[in-house]
Amino acid sequence: MSSFTVVNQPISRIDAIEKVTGRARFTDDLAFDGMLYGRVLRAKYPHAKILELDTRKAEELPGVAAVITYADIPGAQAIGPVRSDMPIFVSTRTMYLGDAVAMVVAETPEIANQALALIRVEYEELPTLFDVEEAVSEDALQLHKDCPGNIVNHYPLRKGNVEKGFKESDVILERTYTTQLIEHAYIEPEAAIAVPGAADGTVTVYGSIQNPFTARRHVAQVLGVSLNRVRIIQCAMGGSFGGKDDVVSAICARAAVAAVKTRRPVKIVYTREESLIESYKRHPYVMKYKVGATRDGKLQAMEIYMLADGGPYSSMTPFVTWRSVVQATGPYEVPNVKTDIYGVFTNNTYTGAMRGFGSPQIIFAQESLMDELAEELDMDPLEFRLANAFKQGSVTASGQVLDEHTVSLINVIEKATEAIGYSEKRKAYAENKGSKGKVRGVGFAASHRGVSLGAEGVDAAGALVSVQPDGSVYLHSGLAENGQGLKTIFSQIAAEELGCRFEDIMFMDTDTSVIPDSGATVASRSTTMGGSAVRNAAKKVKEVLLGVAAELLNAPHEEITAAGGKIYVKEDPARCVEFKDVARAAYGKGQLMAAIGWFQAPKVSWDEETGQGKAYFTYVYGCQAAEVEVDCDTGQVKVLKVAAAHDVGRAINPATVKGQIYGGVTMGMGYGILEEVELQDGVTKTRNLDEYLIPTSMDVPEIVPIIVENPDSYGPYGAKTIGEPTCELLAPAIANAVYNACGKRIRKLPLDLERVLLGYSLRAARGKRGSEQA
Amino acid sequence: MKKVEPEHKKLITFTVNGDDVEVEISSSDRLIDVLRNKLELTGTKEGCGIGECGACTVLMDGKPVNSCLVPAFQVEGSEIETVEGLDKSGKLHPLQEAFVEHTAIQCGFCTPGMLMSALALLRENPKPTREEVARAISGNLCRCTGYQQIIEAIEDAATKLKALE
Repeated sequence: MSSFTVVNQPISRIDAIEKVTGRARFTDDLAFDGMLYGRVLRAKYPHAKILELDTRKAEELPGVAAVITYADIPGAQAIGPVRSDMPIFVSTRTMYLGDAVAMVVAETPEIANQALALIRVEYEELPTLFDVEEAVSEDALQLHKDCPGNIVNHYPLRKGNVEKGFKESDVILERTYTTQLIEHAYIEPEAAIAVPGAADGTVTVYGSIQNPFTARRHVAQVLGVSLNRVRIIQCAMGGSFGGKDDVVSAICARAAVAAVKTRRPVKIVYTREESLIESYKRHPYVMKYKVGATRDGKLQAMEIYMLADGGPYSSMTPFVTWRSVVQATGPYEVPNVKTDIYGVFTNNTYTGAMRGFGSPQIIFAQESLMDELAEELDMDPLEFRLANAFKQGSVTASGQVLDEHTVSLINVIEKATEAIGYSEKRKAYAENKGSKGKVRGVGFAASHRGVSLGAEGVDAAGALVSVQPDGSVYLHSGLAENGQGLKTIFSQIAAEELGCRFEDIMFMDTDTSVIPDSGATVASRSTTMGGSAVRNAAKKVKEVLLGVAAELLNAPHEEITAAGGKIYVKEDPARCVEFKDVARAAYGKGQLMAAIGWFQAPKVSWDEETGQGKAYFTYVYGCQAAEVEVDCDTGQVKVLKVAAAHDVGRAINPATVKGQIYGGVTMGMGYGILEEVELQDGVTKTRNLDEYLIPTSMDVPEIVPIIVENPDSYGPYGAKTIGEPTCELLAPAIANAVYNACGKRIRKLPLDLERVLLGYSLRAARGKRGSEQA
Repeated sequence: MKKVEPEHKKLITFTVNGDDVEVEISSSDRLIDVLRNKLELTGTKEGCGIGECGACTVLMDGKPVNSCLVPAFQVEGSEIETVEGLDKSGKLHPLQEAFVEHTAIQCGFCTPGMLMSALALLRENPKPTREEVARAISGNLCRCTGYQQIIEAIEDAATKLKALE
């Protein structure tokens, strides 16, 4: 039974009414007096020298206020989270097709479009690099002078002695798996509006901005001003999934440069085509796994070599690949591990953060591999995994002992596989394994996932709780709503801790001028990090209110508590005062009823040389099992049912947790069977949602969400994470199910018709027709 | 600064959510442009511009249409319904209530179009099966929810609307 009043309840979303009435204000819904419209001219070739850029004719077109190029940038020319290598506008060289060459700002979007056609750019095409294995070969073209070998970064991990481990193995398998380039496909394309301030050099940017503080840093750098001259206000976000970070920072910076230059507000709204061409994607990986086990099914050694295609800019590649190196061996005890992962520069579309962040790729490889190895050992894939699964006190590949939280891996595996009827069905389907007509199969995949940023970066977040004289509450947070439900969760935590009613909380849109820099809303860190900050802020304010209530109730402070809008004596709830009356009294006494709460992540560590350390302060465990139907005559895979078991620590809101599971499973299914951004020699061929297919309501299977709660010692009320783990498991579960159905082992994502039927893709690439790729 | 030559303009009249409106349009305007830019009905969203995502779904003479594909001049004399009309009485429509209760919303960008497709369905077919509900919204892409809670909300609204009869 729940002992909570607001938390752990399936409360309706705090932003639901504004969203069902169409009143929620997304960026493109805002307009400012005198507003101009910016339209971007992009590269004609993925890798080319710019010989001449002539914007005069465009500038002369009536209605054009300015044409902005690199020459107009007052500060930094390029931005990036690790290396500042992504230009706001290119000056001498294009590196991929999405590079911005210039931007027209005009009275109307139509005029801006007309002016784009009047800009003359003379290019000299340069040799190109589209293949990661070619990029790391000895005499490869070098894309960045300061990054020899086209290497963005390299993470090694060494544990035990793999040579010895393989010697002691009875069975050794070597397999290569590859994953594809995919798009976030948030339904709202990128948008931002920059409004110049009255004070010199100031600007306010409104936008569809996942990480307001990141955008602020980049806008300030590009304008060459201090951080306090730039104010970012987040609008309602039409989805992000990790996607509205670097690319949106660049858009904000372009709008800001244009606004400062023209002294007028500038709005930039992308079309879907622009979004698909310019925005960063999820990294394609090439993953070579070598694994050894004893005949009785104990893993002995794993050697892993991986290349991640970063495109031409480093973006989040170093962080994405770091999560991969930590989790590459999966949630299993492996005594000897040698992993090397390289981020690699190419002229493909650049890649960065996307829901999962370096985990969907490795889980596809490693969970496919576990099934392959089990088969080789003549073992049931479930029994094989259980024999090697992390338990309480297990040691990870990086040498971290899992003893500070409940290691619930076996529990989630059992729950998900039971819900799908895995064991019985697997045997039955394997016996009926067919090669004609429609056949069925089951499969599953499991994972462990480090919560929040881990040793990859500074990890702290803040919130501001401000109680008003009538008992209503403002809640500000440095972490931002992206659509996932953060406003609701944080408001529940604030109401629970303060003891006020949920409806008394007003969550304010994230504004960088109000709240301390809390880092980015990423890594499924919000509930744990931001939620703890909210709770800390609420605790401080509650202490003040309880003090005032103690006087009103004539009872000792420590015997008083608050819940559901009433403050009362614990042992005698009839002795109570309304929360709002206490707020009024506290105001009357001149008490401070506002506080900033702060939460710093517990200490973590990492040794860059050995890949050893306490990578994350806590982990979550998840398992997804799928039943599929494969049409052997067409190659079509239909996912019939998915059971998804996830340990979330504590479900602050079970309804939004379910929403995360449904959405993550669906996105994972798209990754598994449908989605691929097609690049032909660096040119984006999938340019809109008629070519880039995401799951529709007719594609989704029955999804059984299974919420497992093992409260964590760090998160608020024991809560951990749910956003990303839901999206990393289904592709390998499907691949394993397809094998069970028809005996085809597919090691390349997605499992579309061609790969399932023919074993290769018919898409053209590198000057070859699809049929020549076989 | 030189003035821009106006395009060919035309005055059209139609109704939006029951109100008569008269709007000057140019030949390149689409229905979504008229709604969002001229009538300030920004609840209708644009996600792809080619009729694939359904975020711009409105009802035109009772039928769901992608307003990004409807040339404005075709709207002359028609009845348009948008998300803003659903709670015109000051009370949420049962579909809106059901979306709120079932947490059928995440980012909310697809929600207005989703609601309009659902409204068209329930008027045509007050007792839809789950399959029929899924089919009715299959032209409305949602990247957040996986559709489950949306389908449940529409089924629930159907039951509640039936009870109101």
